[in-house]
Amino acid sequence: MNFVYEKMMGGKKGLTGFLILATLILVIFPLFLDIFRLNLVGKYLTYAFPAVSLVLLWGYGGILSLGQGVFFGLGGYGMAMFLKLEASSVENTKIQSTPGIPDFMDWNQLTSLPWFWEPFNSLTLTILAILILPAAFAYIIGAAMFKRRVGGVYFAIITQVIAVILTILIVGQQGFTGGINGITDLRTLNGWDITTDSAKYIFYFINVALLLSVILISRLILTSKFGSLLLAIRDKEDRVRFSGYDVSNFKIFIFCFSALISSIGGAMFTLQVGFMSPSFVGIVPSIEMVIFAAVGGRMSLIGAIYGTLLINFGKTAFSESFPELWLFLMGGLFISVVMFFPNGLAGLWDDYGHYITDRFSKSKKTKEDSPEIVKKKSDESAA
Amino acid sequence: MNSNTDFTLAIEDLTVSFDGFKAVDSLNFYLDQNELHVVIGPNGAGKTTVLDLICGKTKSTSGSIKFLNEELTKMSEHEIVRAGVGRKFQTPSIYENLTVLENLEISYPYGRTVAGSLMFKRSSKVLEKINQTASEIMLQDDLDTEAGLLSHGQKQWLEIGMLLIQDPQLLMLDEPVAGMSVKEREQTAELLNKISKGRSVLVIEHDMEFVERIAHKVTVLHQGKILAAGNMEEVQNDPKVIEVYLGH
Repeated sequence: MNFVYEKMMGGKKGLTGFLILATLILVIFPLFLDIFRLNLVGKYLTYAFPAVSLVLLWGYGGILSLGQGVFFGLGGYGMAMFLKLEASSVENTKIQSTPGIPDFMDWNQLTSLPWFWEPFNSLTLTILAILILPAAFAYIIGAAMFKRRVGGVYFAIITQVIAVILTILIVGQQGFTGGINGITDLRTLNGWDITTDSAKYIFYFINVALLLSVILISRLILTSKFGSLLLAIRDKEDRVRFSGYDVSNFKIFIFCFSALISSIGGAMFTLQVGFMSPSFVGIVPSIEMVIFAAVGGRMSLIGAIYGTLLINFGKTAFSESFPELWLFLMGGLFISVVMFFPNGLAGLWDDYGHYITDRFSKSKKTKEDSPEIVKKKSDESAA
Repeated sequence: MNSNTDFTLAIEDLTVSFDGFKAVDSLNFYLDQNELHVVIGPNGAGKTTVLDLICGKTKSTSGSIKFLNEELTKMSEHEIVRAGVGRKFQTPSIYENLTVLENLEISYPYGRTVAGSLMFKRSSKVLEKINQTASEIMLQDDLDTEAGLLSHGQKQWLEIGMLLIQDPQLLMLDEPVAGMSVKEREQTAELLNKISKGRSVLVIEHDMEFVERIAHKVTVLHQGKILAAGNMEEVQNDPKVIEVYLGH
């Protein structure tokens, strides 16, 4: 019990943070948001998976991947392929020249289902593919890069290039992938209508449960010796190597794990949003994920979730009224976070959060305190 | 291939050239068990390069390095460490963001694979070894201090401790007293004399007073070659050494 408390929850401070987050997304959002808004939050929270994966990979491991969209996309496409096949039953597609295959294949003169689509007839195989394929792909990239000691900015560029290649591949191979439109018109999961409100509620809660589990498992990893090693590799890679560790294996593992997390997020995205397209795979989403992690605080698992929510709320609010301005705003926000708050929201909370918690916890707050708080607050805004 | 020897470390015909420049030139060098050997020499003599070659950081152009009759030139860095070679870098190379305890724990030679590190438990056996090492390097009261807050001398000791906890057969120290106060130098000399028992120690150092205090044998390197070797007195009186290094 003590082990769970210390290792998974991170002691009192970690537990408080975790409970506040859980209350917010498990209780407050579902109570106060209508299903349309809640579904939107659910969509944002699927982006939090790659953001959390970047905290592990980039914040702790010092490995900046600009290609997390690849793994998000692989998970999303895996789920979309299963749902699409189910939606393309012979009865549903009898007006096509080849009934029983997805509509976009028919439009592209395909007459039979490609071999790599076959496994996605089975839900079990689909879930396995979502869990294994992205991690296996990450293993191949990771082994090729880290064994050769490719790191830093070169690794970032190569992952970005992979994101571009995958996007081009998906767009170009329209008959196999649905092209630029992606895989759309997804309706049922094993005969269960996923477009209803009740299904959306259920997916929201599954999504939140998965996200919270990811946080706990990640904490378990970070509090183990592996976690200290990750930091050690980030700061003094040579020292770790000359302490008898094969550094590349550690980097490969955390890269694969981050791919797995991102992929789960992608699959949950498809389920909640009802389609998947290459616009969630390429450079822009991959960099946005880095921004989510940076704004939330790249050393904070929970911060990454707040960062994701904040940016996406902002995106929705601003892009409705000033669509052209939003990109500049987000870029500006990213630059100012990097320059002025390198630890993001989590860093701000660590530095100034006690002013807020003090107000709640101190029942008999003395009057002398208040001017000080006001003064410090004004100092902050001045700075 | 050369034949096996009784030496802990046997370097034969070792050469490394960087774009034609021979930083180490057909070097032959032997190190006995329980020997504390100091390598001195002017800047650019190839001292650090020799350590880099032994620990696998630099690959040799030709020649052989045998450690307990195992050929090191073909092994990767972590394999060399696991075989029993520990190396301290010139500038203290410790994990500044971790505590002294965590620094030593990471260096503890178990749980070195990914799975092993995930399952690693801080058992009483581990803690005992950490405590023992910490008192050897005079940091027993600073276990919970963040390593970045230690003084420069303490950082050097911590790095030595990180090697000691692995109990290496060959310990290589690159300028261990650089930047230390007089008192710290004395303590370090004591420490080195203590830890050289039961293993071989190879030290690079400039401080002649310190060398005199610790060295069993001294080798002078100059332009990648051995200029002189022997005990301190012989080396100090060698006219060639006085010419290129010690000065008149």
